Amino acid sequence: MIRKPEPVQVVKQRRDAALQTLIAGVPYIQFLGIQVDRRGDELTAILPYADKLIGNPMLPALHGGVTAAFLEVTAIVELSWAMIWDDLEAGRLDEAAPSLSFPKTIDFTIDYLRSGLPRDAYARARVNRSGRRFASVHVEAWQDNRNRLIAQGTGHFLMPSRDG
Amino acid sequence: MSETTDSRREMIARKFIEAIPHAGELGMKLSEIADGKATISMAYDKRLVGDPETGVIHGGAVSTLMDTCAGAAVMAHPSSPVATATLDLRIDYMRSATPGETITAVAECYHVTRSVAFVRATAVDGDPSRPVATATGAFALERGKP
Repeated sequence: MIRKPEPVQVVKQRRDAALQTLIAGVPYIQFLGIQVDRRGDELTAILPYADKLIGNPMLPALHGGVTAAFLEVTAIVELSWAMIWDDLEAGRLDEAAPSLSFPKTIDFTIDYLRSGLPRDAYARARVNRSGRRFASVHVEAWQDNRNRLIAQGTGHFLMPSRDG
Repeated sequence: MSETTDSRREMIARKFIEAIPHAGELGMKLSEIADGKATISMAYDKRLVGDPETGVIHGGAVSTLMDTCAGAAVMAHPSSPVATATLDLRIDYMRSATPGETITAVAECYHVTRSVAFVRATAVDGDPSRPVATATGAFALERGKP
């Protein structure tokens, strides 16, 4: 007896709800105005342009700290998303209140490649290694052209303890 | 220290932050800037919280404070650069910042070449004996016309 697959709307609704719960509760993500777009399990973070994000009004250019924060937020969201994905798909996650602890940043290195223009920016992260205690995540940000990165970063994270 | 030097310093400090919209947005206050060194503080702000469970400030806001302070230290180098931009920045997070406390970053531009400045920075909160984070970075230097 083969079980019928779940209707696509139900699957999408469950995934989107979990993703929104993940990011809506973090004041700093809201402060920067970061949104997250989802295609299957692939996430793209979006930083819509705002005047308050400028660091150098003469150029003008995004503040290097904003770029750093955008990369770090994207890395943490991707890592948390990867952490809950299996439980989410297996229906073991309480969507209304996923008892979620975020990974903690141990270190983060930002490589600035081009100055951030006053436009929207996008970022995607890749979890290169995720162990029981530590994870290593690489993240790339771009604006108009996917292959002209404005910055890339690598961070190490301490995973939340999963016992209990 | 004369009163006029103090007020001049305050004016420079205010102008520096005013010139950087995002630094003003985060409520940064520059208190010292001279000889390749800078001190900037950022008061606790609920909008900057990264972990709603604990109320701890997001690492990204600490990174912004570090980057701003490091850039200020470069601009304050005796060789008087006209502009600077971050090439790379590495931040080590020693511990979570204590919720409710102001974070203060001190940056030192310890070496410059013709085109690059090297900077290190430390951020502390209420307990200066236990740093919240440290950072090292390389900055591109733009020299004025000789």
